[in-house]
Amino acid sequence: MQVIKRRKWFYVLSLIIIIPGIISLLLQGLNLGIDFTGGSITHIRLPSEATIAEVRAVLDKQGLEKAEVQKSGDEFYLRTSELTQEETDELMAALKEDFSEVVFMSAESVGATIGGELTRNALLAISIATVLMLLYISIRFEWTFGIAAIIGIIHNVLVVLGVFSIFQWEVSSAFIAAILTVIGYSINDTIVIFDRVRENLRGTRKQDYEELVNRSVGQTLNRSINTVLTSVFPLIALLILGGSTIKLFVLAMLIGFVTGAYSSICIASSTWYDIKTRKAAA
Amino acid sequence: MQRNISIAIIAAIVALIGVISYFVYQPLLNNVNLGLDLRGGLRVVLEAEELEGEKVTPDTIDKAVGILRTRVDALGVKETVLYPQGDKRVVIEIAGEDDPEAAVNILKNTAQLQFMDEEGKIWLTGKNLVDAQAQMKRDGTGEAEIALEFDKEGTKLFGEATTANVGKPLIIVIDDQAVSAPVVQGPIMDGHAVITGSFTAKEAQDLAVLLRSGALPVSFEVMEKRSVGPTLGADSLDKSITAGIVGLIAILIFMIGYYRLPGLIADISLVIYTILVLGTMVALDAVLTLPGIAGIALSIGMAVDANVIIYERIKEELRLGKTLVAAIEAGFKRAFTAIFDANITTLITAAVLMYFGTGPIKGFAVTLSIGIIASLLVALTFTRYMLVLFANVTKNEKAYGV
Repeated sequence: MQVIKRRKWFYVLSLIIIIPGIISLLLQGLNLGIDFTGGSITHIRLPSEATIAEVRAVLDKQGLEKAEVQKSGDEFYLRTSELTQEETDELMAALKEDFSEVVFMSAESVGATIGGELTRNALLAISIATVLMLLYISIRFEWTFGIAAIIGIIHNVLVVLGVFSIFQWEVSSAFIAAILTVIGYSINDTIVIFDRVRENLRGTRKQDYEELVNRSVGQTLNRSINTVLTSVFPLIALLILGGSTIKLFVLAMLIGFVTGAYSSICIASSTWYDIKTRKAAA
Repeated sequence: MQRNISIAIIAAIVALIGVISYFVYQPLLNNVNLGLDLRGGLRVVLEAEELEGEKVTPDTIDKAVGILRTRVDALGVKETVLYPQGDKRVVIEIAGEDDPEAAVNILKNTAQLQFMDEEGKIWLTGKNLVDAQAQMKRDGTGEAEIALEFDKEGTKLFGEATTANVGKPLIIVIDDQAVSAPVVQGPIMDGHAVITGSFTAKEAQDLAVLLRSGALPVSFEVMEKRSVGPTLGADSLDKSITAGIVGLIAILIFMIGYYRLPGLIADISLVIYTILVLGTMVALDAVLTLPGIAGIALSIGMAVDANVIIYERIKEELRLGKTLVAAIEAGFKRAFTAIFDANITTLITAAVLMYFGTGPIKGFAVTLSIGIIASLLVALTFTRYMLVLFANVTKNEKAYGV
């Protein structure tokens, strides 16, 4: 595996994916769900001939002109400002007048202050987890591995965030769980390669580092590929067969896992090489 | 000789696992605590409203949870979980009720009872109650009323109130709303009073329960409410289980196809692994939610990864010309640090999530943690033992996919 020789190309490829994502994040941000913004979502199932326009007409009558209506098969998601129980009951009653069959699926209502807290807690959790992982890797390996692993993690998280921003897929609190899984998976994937580098490192002179990294990545390549394959099987099954409520959650993990496998092989080991050789030169 | 013993042990182990999983799987699945998203139900987060000059302390919240619990039991609200969250919140989860919203609306009443005269002076409050019972009015209207009984101090205060207000109304206020305003006929010294007003029997009973359990120390506001209808719950559960089975079968086939004999061992390990995870969930009384299922999906991936790392390592050792038994020994030893470090770092993330996460995130972290520990355990003990046993049976390296 000539990873090191081609590493500039890998860096460029990653930037080609990440930069549009960052631009999109800066320009349009993420499509935040009610978990972050506050508001209500009522999820119902209507007869298959029902249209978004018909549902919207009912919402208008209820004074909910600003509502967003999304359709997925015969299921509808009505996103409104925060509704009280009475307002939800009235809405359901109004829907039942206009449609022959209304099946209540779920309703969520979140106060506006919860969102800020959720973001704060998530950022706190991610920061603490990152510091602890860095600490653990520095103790078990060497700080250079820790830095390279963290760069890999940031790379993967940026790809997932960027894709979700570009396509404006909705982000909920479950998305935070997905991001954290991606972090866990990336680190897991990277550590196994670093473990081999660490093993091969004994007695290696610094001019042989390039060969060392290439050899280590090559030795673990089968494992890297087979592991991402077996991890992705259940996710694809969940994506195709799972309920509509977890589609985006699974999609976030899927993108993260594939990116994670790529970055472990191509980015993390290259970054480690660059840090290590630069340090040795200094 | 050794070969025959090994074959016998393998046969016994496989038979044992077969029997155990046949008898254990279904009961385990039936006993796993399902989250509201999988079975339908309502989850409400209430936040204490801070009044001017009154700080809400964790102590206040603990007290409120205690009172709410009494109310839940007295009202007979089925399958309800109550717990404090953070410094000023209470979470109520109701799974077994037909109309959980109505139940929550009753529960979250502050039920602050006050007796007030015309000038607005408060003579006594619900604090001095010892009992409150609903009873039917004797006037044949079918309406109900609530009979109150005061404690010693309350009896004295009520006596003073009625003495001072003869011929004038004494207003009964519940949660800042006047419920009734009977005109005092004469001093009442026996510590008994009746709240009339037009209650139905059910309303009177609920109110009596609230008054008996005492007023909540603060009033609460709904911050977050999630309800899942039974249709969606059942739907999500079915779909997730189907997806889980399909994903698992894909892994099983891949492992046998790629790794042959060791792949088969990995597959048997996965069966033990799933029983371990489900068993731990049941033993810890952990709640399985939709994100929790995703956590299990991820940990299955990591369990397979441990096997993949070991087998790849064994293959490498075989290619170096080691004998099968020596390759297995060396493969395990060298794979161990990789598996250990990889799992511990992921476990660190899961632990942080478990500590900081709430609701969906917590459910995910719990199953992920259980899954990682179970996978480490199975890979390092069972898989290793089985590989050595199989090495006694066949030395044919083709069976190892080399």
